[in-house]
Amino acid sequence: MKYAYYPGCSLHSTAAEYNLSLRAVCERLNIGLSEPRKWICCGSTPAHALSKLLALSLPYQNLAEIKKLDLDEVVVPCAACFSRFKAAQFEVGHEPGLGAEIERIIGGRLADGIKISHPLEIFSQDDVLGEMRGLMVKDLKGLKTVCYYGCLLTRPPKVTMFDECEYPESMDKVLRSIGVPTMDWAYKTECCGAAFSLTVTDVVLTLCYEILKEAKALGAEAIAVACPLCHANLDLRQKEVEQKYQQKFNLPIFYFTQVIGLGMGIPFEKLGLKKHFVDPRPAVEKCII
Amino acid sequence: MLALSNLEFGKEIKRKSGENIYLCYQCKKCSSGCPVSYAMDYPPNQLLHAARLGLRDLVLGSKTIWLCAACETCTTRCPQEIDIVKVMDALRSTAARSRIKPKVPEVAAFYRTALSNIRFFGRMYEVGLIGMLKLATRQFTKDLGLGLNMFKKGKLLIFPKMSGFFIVKRIFSKVKKLEKT
Repeated sequence: MKYAYYPGCSLHSTAAEYNLSLRAVCERLNIGLSEPRKWICCGSTPAHALSKLLALSLPYQNLAEIKKLDLDEVVVPCAACFSRFKAAQFEVGHEPGLGAEIERIIGGRLADGIKISHPLEIFSQDDVLGEMRGLMVKDLKGLKTVCYYGCLLTRPPKVTMFDECEYPESMDKVLRSIGVPTMDWAYKTECCGAAFSLTVTDVVLTLCYEILKEAKALGAEAIAVACPLCHANLDLRQKEVEQKYQQKFNLPIFYFTQVIGLGMGIPFEKLGLKKHFVDPRPAVEKCII
Repeated sequence: MLALSNLEFGKEIKRKSGENIYLCYQCKKCSSGCPVSYAMDYPPNQLLHAARLGLRDLVLGSKTIWLCAACETCTTRCPQEIDIVKVMDALRSTAARSRIKPKVPEVAAFYRTALSNIRFFGRMYEVGLIGMLKLATRQFTKDLGLGLNMFKKGKLLIFPKMSGFFIVKRIFSKVKKLEKT
């Protein structure tokens, strides 16, 4: 299967691990990912916070580039980018005249008929799940994990049309199917503080503390995520959370693609695991056989 | 004291956001689920009502609009299906264009800086963004240790990967022109 691929800005820098692990896993599954050369930023939070037209034009400019690849489905791993592409399609579809305005801005026809998919959607398909199971060489049943979905994958449900907004299970399903014991918990979609990481950092520390505390209390040995910003807040800032609240967590934060990759026997470095701030090696060595 | 000035403000926000804020019956589901309401001066339900009452300065000068994390919890749960994040977006863009100083200046600075960054590089060049943000907020020593560690782990690109140099500038300037009208 071949898909267009829109990594987004973070997958080429702060979330390089997500890009590496997703590509490595897709290669094993014979899923082709075609990245358009001239993609630009989707605008993410700053765009929609300050300008409606900008927030819609940037994703549509990217869809025009993707259209040139002649593929009708694009995989968007970053939850914010995913949310922005979906929102752009939704708004244009629901507000008459908006499409024409966007066309004037980007200087071309709106690329329609392109499906925006998150990797979890692709991996949730039965045939892909089956293939994944077939490629497992490691036993993952010792890695007690909680799946943290964050805000933008499933909300608002009318826009993302993906999974269940109050209690999603797609990541759990994918990981359970390869033998990871994922646990039920109440913090699947509690906000981590997102883009406030660089500005009102204390909000991020407060919100991430709740998430980490709950995961630890349940006996989780790892948190699986699907969003670059969630990963950054829970991993890069974990030490600061520990210092602020005088509590140790030592909870490695994995992109779900890294967990799949570990199960497939893909080497540590190839999955970007050396880039983590909270060392995942102890959990990996102890739980994955 | 704050006067009930400018009832037109509520209608302006309804028009700009496309959301009928007059449907709100103050059930407070939004504020109950809002993860950042603990830090806000006016929780979402109060802010919506203030907008309806025409309390323009209070609303645009609130911490709320800048502390909103756009997590979409309120939008998802509102029984009247008001997209509260879109209302917040309309309030933010109105505030940014008004003369009212943002009550949480770092957040407003971050959004502005990020957009200039995207306009120049086509993609978010994080090192450039962080540098510009520090200049804008004058917090030079914040996160220095973290930044250094990120460099060491190869998480920050030293050189920007520029893309769509001309198209991105054209988009920004066309949007600016359209928004002025």
